[in-house]
Amino acid sequence: MINPAVFTTTFLAAAVEIIEMVIIVVGVGTIRGWRSTLIGAASGLVILAALILALGVTLTLVPIGVLRLVVGSLLFVFGLQWLRKGIRRVAANGFRGMGARAAADDDIPSHGMDWTAWLLAFKGVLLEGLEVAIIVVTFGAAARAFPSAVLAAAAALVVIGGAGALARRAVERIPRSALQLLVGTLLSAFGTFWATEGLGITWPGADLAIIALAAWYALTAAAYIGRLRRHARPARPLAHASAR
Amino acid sequence: MIVSWLDWAGTVSLRGVAAFGKFWYGFIIGDDWTVAAAVAAALVVTWLLHTTGVTAWWLPPLAAVAATGASLRRISR
Repeated sequence: MINPAVFTTTFLAAAVEIIEMVIIVVGVGTIRGWRSTLIGAASGLVILAALILALGVTLTLVPIGVLRLVVGSLLFVFGLQWLRKGIRRVAANGFRGMGARAAADDDIPSHGMDWTAWLLAFKGVLLEGLEVAIIVVTFGAAARAFPSAVLAAAAALVVIGGAGALARRAVERIPRSALQLLVGTLLSAFGTFWATEGLGITWPGADLAIIALAAWYALTAAAYIGRLRRHARPARPLAHASAR
Repeated sequence: MIVSWLDWAGTVSLRGVAAFGKFWYGFIIGDDWTVAAAVAAALVVTWLLHTTGVTAWWLPPLAAVAATGASLRRISR
């Protein structure tokens, strides 16, 4: 049985990082060749899958109250980070995609394994995927819906990976900052809800409070974006926020 | 030979521990520690209020918005 809230939030959260992952892999593959790049990407994915499985099984053994307090607090601070980054990026650059990434193209071996391509793809997948793995594991465990979270991450990988393979430019145009803002809103809402419930506090309206919290953070984001835009001086526009 | 191998293994594991710590610092604290600190403080105060019988579910979302606003103000200054 799929949990729609967990599936949607995990899918979107995974999509934010997978977009970057796919851009790196497609960029490296185009410049340095596909064989070593795809082996490197697959190696990274195998490690991530093992990590998700090991952590996921371990976390389901933790009592739900403790889990929701710890995981909720983690998602709360992490969600607020993404919310803040999303606000800054959307205020500075609007809903633009992130564009192409440059990759080095020197010393490509004519045959055999290109270890530079392997390492670039491996690191790209592992580093970008680590946050996805933690979101999948914590979110799935706290909601007691681990299969929904794993399925959502896999679906995001298939959809965005497939889009990247077919049309790289389309992936580059996905407005990652807006997606990050949306996911930041959702993670903050779930994080606030679970962390507070983990303290033994009952929310008015029970699970419906999550929707109210998401609306609260969305309105906050809209207000802060408006304020940042009003205060941005035309002569010295806001610096483009760093990639991470 | 063994000593140099142990040195190498020690350096590699230290780097691993540092990278692991750096990842978690970035994941939890990020580029502004005050937001994480405000969330932690808000949760502690919420729990204290709850134990004294005061309704306190409203505090974490309010603290989060205030901390985010303060952080954005500092950054955009």
